[in-house]
Amino acid sequence: MTGADESVEPFPRPPRTVDDDDGRIVELVSADIDDLESIVAMYAAFDPADRAQGIPPSEPPKIRSWLSDLLAKGLNVLAIHDGEVVGHAVLMPDADDGWELAIFVTQRYQGAGIGTALLETLLGYGVENDVESVWLTVERWNRPAIALYESVGFESTDAESFEMGMALDLSSIEVE
Amino acid sequence: MHVLLGVEGSEESRRALENTVDRATEAGDELTVAVFALRDQSVDAVEEYVRERLADVPLTWSIERVESDHPASSLVELAEAGPYEQLAIGGGQQSPMGKIELGTTTEFVLLNARVSVRLER
Repeated sequence: MTGADESVEPFPRPPRTVDDDDGRIVELVSADIDDLESIVAMYAAFDPADRAQGIPPSEPPKIRSWLSDLLAKGLNVLAIHDGEVVGHAVLMPDADDGWELAIFVTQRYQGAGIGTALLETLLGYGVENDVESVWLTVERWNRPAIALYESVGFESTDAESFEMGMALDLSSIEVE
Repeated sequence: MHVLLGVEGSEESRRALENTVDRATEAGDELTVAVFALRDQSVDAVEEYVRERLADVPLTWSIERVESDHPASSLVELAEAGPYEQLAIGGGQQSPMGKIELGTTTEFVLLNARVSVRLER
Protein backbone atom coordinates (compact mmCIF):
# COMPACT_ATOMS: atom_id res chain seq x y z
CA MET A 1 0.00 0.00 0.00
CA THR A 2 1.43 3.42 -0.85
CA GLY A 3 1.22 6.18 1.74
CA ALA A 4 0.45 9.78 0.95
CA ASP A 5 4.09 10.84 1.11
CA GLU A 6 5.52 8.05 -1.02
CA SER A 7 5.96 8.64 -4.74
CA VAL A 8 3.18 7.13 -6.80
CA GLU A 9 4.12 5.42 -10.05
CA PRO A 10 2.71 7.29 -13.02
CA PHE A 11 0.44 5.55 -15.53
CA PRO A 12 1.48 5.46 -19.20
CA ARG A 13 -0.70 7.23 -21.70
CA PRO A 14 -1.78 6.12 -25.17
CA PRO A 15 -0.60 5.60 -27.84
CA ARG A 16 1.99 3.02 -26.92
CA THR A 17 3.17 -0.39 -28.03
CA VAL A 18 3.85 -3.39 -25.81
CA ASP A 19 4.88 -7.00 -26.24
CA ASP A 20 2.42 -9.34 -24.57
CA ASP A 21 3.53 -12.45 -22.66
CA ASP A 22 3.16 -14.54 -25.82
CA GLY A 23 5.44 -12.25 -27.81
CA ARG A 24 2.67 -10.54 -29.77
CA ILE A 25 3.09 -6.84 -30.54
CA VAL A 26 0.05 -4.99 -29.23
CA GLU A 27 -0.77 -1.34 -29.84
CA LEU A 28 -2.72 0.55 -27.21
CA VAL A 29 -4.57 3.51 -28.71
CA SER A 30 -7.36 5.84 -27.71
CA ALA A 31 -10.60 5.29 -29.62
CA ASP A 32 -13.48 7.38 -30.88
CA ILE A 33 -16.74 6.85 -32.79
CA ASP A 34 -14.83 6.17 -36.04
CA ASP A 35 -13.61 2.92 -34.50
CA LEU A 36 -17.14 1.66 -33.83
CA GLU A 37 -17.35 -1.14 -36.39
CA SER A 38 -13.95 -2.61 -35.59
CA ILE A 39 -14.90 -2.82 -31.93
CA VAL A 40 -18.34 -4.27 -32.75
CA ALA A 41 -16.47 -7.05 -34.55
CA MET A 42 -14.55 -7.95 -31.38
CA TYR A 43 -17.74 -8.16 -29.30
CA ALA A 44 -19.69 -10.03 -31.97
CA ALA A 45 -17.12 -12.84 -31.67
CA PHE A 46 -16.84 -12.56 -27.88
CA ASP A 47 -17.22 -15.72 -25.79
CA PRO A 48 -20.68 -15.50 -24.11
CA ALA A 49 -19.19 -17.17 -21.01
CA ASP A 50 -17.06 -14.08 -20.46
CA ARG A 51 -20.07 -11.85 -20.07
CA ALA A 52 -20.07 -10.15 -16.70
CA GLN A 53 -23.01 -8.36 -15.11
CA GLY A 54 -24.89 -8.31 -18.37
CA ILE A 55 -22.22 -6.87 -20.65
CA PRO A 56 -21.27 -7.04 -23.44
CA PRO A 57 -24.67 -7.50 -25.06
CA SER A 58 -24.89 -10.54 -27.33
CA GLU A 59 -26.61 -9.28 -30.49
CA PRO A 60 -24.80 -6.93 -32.92
CA PRO A 61 -27.52 -4.26 -33.02
CA LYS A 62 -27.42 -4.03 -29.22
CA ILE A 63 -23.62 -4.18 -29.22
CA ARG A 64 -23.59 -1.29 -31.66
CA SER A 65 -25.90 0.97 -29.64
CA TRP A 66 -24.14 0.10 -26.37
CA LEU A 67 -20.74 0.88 -27.90
CA SER A 68 -21.92 4.10 -29.52
CA ASP A 69 -22.88 5.32 -26.07
CA LEU A 70 -19.51 4.34 -24.60
CA LEU A 71 -17.58 6.00 -27.43
CA ALA A 72 -19.68 9.16 -27.30
CA LYS A 73 -19.53 9.74 -23.54
CA GLY A 74 -16.54 7.82 -22.26
CA LEU A 75 -12.77 7.56 -22.51
CA ASN A 76 -11.85 4.49 -24.52
CA VAL A 77 -8.59 2.63 -25.16
CA LEU A 78 -8.20 -0.28 -27.57
CA ALA A 79 -5.65 -3.08 -27.72
CA ILE A 80 -4.87 -3.90 -31.35
CA HIS A 81 -2.92 -6.86 -32.74
CA ASP A 82 -2.39 -7.43 -36.46
CA GLY A 83 -4.98 -4.80 -37.24
CA GLU A 84 -7.65 -6.46 -35.12
CA VAL A 85 -9.19 -5.08 -31.93
CA VAL A 86 -8.47 -7.66 -29.22
CA GLY A 87 -9.17 -5.64 -26.10
CA HIS A 88 -11.18 -2.62 -25.00
CA ALA A 89 -11.06 -0.59 -21.81
CA VAL A 90 -13.41 2.25 -21.00
CA LEU A 91 -14.12 4.89 -18.36
CA MET A 92 -17.73 6.11 -18.28
CA PRO A 93 -18.80 9.21 -16.33
CA ASP A 94 -21.42 8.84 -13.62
CA ALA A 95 -23.69 11.52 -12.17
CA ASP A 96 -21.33 12.36 -9.30
CA ASP A 97 -17.97 13.27 -10.95
CA GLY A 98 -16.88 9.64 -10.76
CA TRP A 99 -15.96 7.34 -13.61
CA GLU A 100 -16.88 3.69 -13.93
CA LEU A 101 -14.20 1.41 -15.37
CA ALA A 102 -14.53 -1.80 -17.36
CA ILE A 103 -12.10 -3.91 -19.41
CA PHE A 104 -12.72 -6.64 -21.97
CA VAL A 105 -10.10 -8.84 -23.62
CA THR A 106 -11.09 -11.33 -26.28
CA GLN A 107 -10.56 -14.92 -25.17
CA ARG A 108 -7.61 -15.85 -27.39
CA TYR A 109 -5.66 -12.93 -25.96
CA GLN A 110 -6.44 -13.39 -22.29
CA GLY A 111 -3.77 -14.41 -19.80
CA ALA A 112 -0.99 -12.60 -21.66
CA GLY A 113 -0.82 -9.31 -19.78
CA ILE A 114 -3.00 -7.33 -22.17
CA GLY A 115 -5.59 -6.62 -19.46
CA THR A 116 -2.87 -5.11 -17.31
CA ALA A 117 -1.50 -3.03 -20.19
CA LEU A 118 -5.00 -1.83 -21.09
CA LEU A 119 -5.79 -0.94 -17.50
CA GLU A 120 -2.59 1.05 -16.96
CA THR A 121 -2.94 2.86 -20.28
CA LEU A 122 -6.59 3.69 -19.69
CA LEU A 123 -5.76 5.11 -16.27
CA GLY A 124 -2.98 7.19 -17.85
CA TYR A 125 -5.49 8.45 -20.41
CA GLY A 126 -7.85 9.22 -17.56
CA VAL A 127 -5.24 11.20 -15.63
CA GLU A 128 -4.49 13.14 -18.81
CA ASN A 129 -8.21 14.00 -19.00
CA ASP A 130 -8.51 15.06 -15.35
CA VAL A 131 -10.32 11.96 -14.18
CA GLU A 132 -9.99 11.70 -10.42
CA SER A 133 -12.38 9.24 -8.91
CA VAL A 134 -12.59 5.82 -10.57
CA TRP A 135 -14.76 2.94 -9.45
CA LEU A 136 -15.87 -0.41 -10.71
CA THR A 137 -17.89 -3.44 -9.73
CA VAL A 138 -16.60 -6.97 -10.21
CA GLU A 139 -18.13 -10.36 -9.45
CA ARG A 140 -16.91 -11.42 -6.03
CA TRP A 141 -15.63 -14.74 -7.31
CA ASN A 142 -13.53 -13.23 -10.11
CA ARG A 143 -10.19 -13.47 -8.31
CA PRO A 144 -7.92 -12.74 -11.30
CA ALA A 145 -9.80 -9.53 -12.06
CA ILE A 146 -9.78 -8.44 -8.42
CA ALA A 147 -6.03 -9.12 -8.23
CA LEU A 148 -5.48 -7.09 -11.40
CA TYR A 149 -7.36 -4.11 -10.02
CA GLU A 150 -5.58 -4.33 -6.67
CA SER A 151 -2.24 -4.37 -8.47
CA VAL A 152 -2.80 -0.81 -9.73
CA GLY A 153 -4.17 0.46 -6.45
CA PHE A 154 -7.91 -0.24 -6.39
CA GLU A 155 -9.31 -0.93 -2.95
CA SER A 156 -12.51 -2.68 -2.03
CA THR A 157 -15.35 -0.34 -1.03
CA ASP A 158 -18.35 -2.61 -0.76
CA ALA A 159 -18.10 -6.35 -0.35
CA GLU A 160 -21.62 -7.09 0.81
CA SER A 161 -23.28 -8.30 -2.35
CA PHE A 162 -22.69 -10.46 -5.42
CA GLU A 163 -20.87 -7.57 -7.00
CA MET A 164 -17.90 -6.13 -5.18
CA GLY A 165 -17.25 -2.41 -5.40
CA MET A 166 -13.68 -1.09 -5.77
CA ALA A 167 -12.34 2.44 -6.08
CA LEU A 168 -9.18 4.32 -6.98
CA ASP A 169 -8.35 7.98 -6.49
CA LEU A 170 -6.24 9.24 -9.37
CA SER A 171 -5.89 12.83 -8.19
CA SER A 172 -2.41 12.35 -6.79
CA ILE A 173 -1.06 10.46 -9.78
CA GLU A 174 0.98 11.85 -12.65
CA VAL A 175 1.22 10.71 -16.20
CA GLU A 176 4.49 9.38 -17.61
CA MET B 1 -51.89 -16.98 -10.77
CA HIS B 2 -51.67 -14.71 -7.75
CA VAL B 3 -48.48 -12.65 -7.87
CA LEU B 4 -46.94 -10.69 -5.02
CA LEU B 5 -44.81 -7.80 -6.31
CA GLY B 6 -42.42 -5.95 -4.00
CA VAL B 7 -42.30 -2.21 -4.76
CA GLU B 8 -40.31 0.59 -3.15
CA GLY B 9 -39.68 4.16 -4.29
CA SER B 10 -37.05 3.61 -7.00
CA GLU B 11 -37.24 3.87 -10.78
CA GLU B 12 -36.42 0.16 -10.91
CA SER B 13 -39.54 -0.59 -8.83
CA ARG B 14 -41.69 1.70 -10.96
CA ARG B 15 -40.59 -0.15 -14.09
CA ALA B 16 -41.23 -3.50 -12.41
CA LEU B 17 -44.74 -2.33 -11.53
CA GLU B 18 -45.46 -1.31 -15.13
CA ASN B 19 -44.25 -4.62 -16.54
CA THR B 20 -46.07 -6.66 -13.91
CA VAL B 21 -49.34 -4.81 -14.45
CA ASP B 22 -49.11 -5.37 -18.22
CA ARG B 23 -48.38 -9.05 -17.80
CA ALA B 24 -51.04 -9.59 -15.12
CA THR B 25 -53.70 -7.80 -17.16
CA GLU B 26 -52.92 -9.95 -20.18
CA ALA B 27 -52.81 -13.20 -18.21
CA GLY B 28 -55.73 -12.48 -15.89
CA ASP B 29 -53.49 -12.80 -12.83
CA GLU B 30 -54.37 -11.45 -9.44
CA LEU B 31 -51.84 -8.93 -8.14
CA THR B 32 -50.89 -7.95 -4.63
CA VAL B 33 -48.33 -5.18 -4.30
CA ALA B 34 -46.22 -5.19 -1.15
CA VAL B 35 -45.10 -1.61 -0.63
CA PHE B 36 -41.97 -0.90 1.37
CA ALA B 37 -39.39 1.85 1.80
CA LEU B 38 -35.61 1.86 1.48
CA ARG B 39 -33.19 4.50 2.75
CA ASP B 40 -35.08 7.78 3.15
CA GLN B 41 -38.17 6.81 1.18
CA SER B 42 -41.62 6.84 2.75
CA VAL B 43 -43.99 3.86 2.70
CA ASP B 44 -46.93 6.29 2.53
CA ALA B 45 -45.55 7.88 -0.62
CA VAL B 46 -44.93 4.50 -2.24
CA GLU B 47 -48.41 3.27 -1.32
CA GLU B 48 -50.00 6.43 -2.72
CA TYR B 49 -48.10 6.07 -5.97
CA VAL B 50 -49.15 2.44 -6.37
CA ARG B 51 -52.82 3.15 -5.55
CA GLU B 52 -52.94 5.90 -8.13
CA ARG B 53 -51.27 3.73 -10.74
CA LEU B 54 -53.62 0.78 -10.20
CA ALA B 55 -56.81 2.85 -9.81
CA ASP B 56 -58.34 2.20 -13.24
CA VAL B 57 -56.56 -0.99 -14.17
CA PRO B 58 -58.87 -3.94 -15.04
CA LEU B 59 -57.22 -6.24 -12.55
CA THR B 60 -57.97 -7.79 -9.18
CA TRP B 61 -55.43 -6.09 -6.98
CA SER B 62 -54.62 -5.32 -3.37
CA ILE B 63 -51.85 -3.67 -1.35
CA GLU B 64 -49.89 -4.90 1.64
CA ARG B 65 -47.71 -2.53 3.66
CA VAL B 66 -44.32 -3.79 4.76
CA GLU B 67 -42.90 -1.66 7.56
CA SER B 68 -39.78 -3.24 8.90
CA ASP B 69 -36.10 -2.66 9.59
CA HIS B 70 -35.32 -5.37 7.08
CA PRO B 71 -37.96 -5.18 4.36
CA ALA B 72 -36.38 -7.95 2.29
CA SER B 73 -36.94 -10.64 4.93
CA SER B 74 -40.42 -9.32 5.75
CA LEU B 75 -41.24 -9.51 2.05
CA VAL B 76 -40.11 -13.13 1.88
CA GLU B 77 -42.11 -13.97 5.02
CA LEU B 78 -45.19 -12.34 3.52
CA ALA B 79 -44.76 -14.26 0.26
CA GLU B 80 -44.47 -17.59 2.04
CA ALA B 81 -47.37 -16.99 4.43
CA GLY B 82 -49.85 -15.89 1.80
CA PRO B 83 -51.75 -17.39 -1.14
CA TYR B 84 -49.09 -16.34 -3.68
CA GLU B 85 -47.68 -18.47 -6.45
CA GLN B 86 -44.90 -16.10 -7.33
CA LEU B 87 -42.89 -13.30 -5.79
CA ALA B 88 -41.82 -10.66 -8.30
CA ILE B 89 -39.28 -7.91 -7.74
CA GLY B 90 -37.16 -5.47 -9.72
CA GLY B 91 -34.13 -7.13 -11.29
CA GLY B 92 -31.53 -4.46 -10.80
CA GLN B 93 -30.42 -1.10 -12.10
CA GLN B 94 -27.90 -0.32 -14.80
CA SER B 95 -24.58 1.33 -14.14
CA PRO B 96 -23.19 4.02 -16.49
CA MET B 97 -21.49 1.15 -18.35
CA GLY B 98 -24.74 -0.79 -18.61
CA LYS B 99 -23.76 -3.34 -15.95
CA ILE B 100 -26.58 -4.94 -14.00
CA GLU B 101 -26.41 -4.01 -10.34
CA LEU B 102 -28.67 -6.08 -8.10
CA GLY B 103 -29.92 -4.39 -4.96
CA THR B 104 -29.56 -6.07 -1.58
CA THR B 105 -33.32 -6.64 -1.37
CA THR B 106 -33.37 -8.53 -4.66
CA GLU B 107 -30.33 -10.58 -3.65
CA PHE B 108 -31.90 -11.53 -0.32
CA VAL B 109 -35.14 -12.54 -2.00
CA LEU B 110 -33.26 -14.63 -4.60
CA LEU B 111 -31.32 -16.50 -1.97
CA ASN B 112 -34.05 -16.98 0.63
CA ALA B 113 -37.54 -17.17 -0.84
CA ARG B 114 -39.07 -20.64 -0.94
CA VAL B 115 -41.58 -19.56 -3.57
CA SER B 116 -40.86 -18.94 -7.25
CA VAL B 117 -39.16 -15.62 -7.79
CA ARG B 118 -39.41 -13.48 -10.91
CA LEU B 119 -36.94 -10.70 -11.63
CA GLU B 120 -38.55 -7.93 -13.67
CA ARG B 121 -36.12 -6.52 -16.24
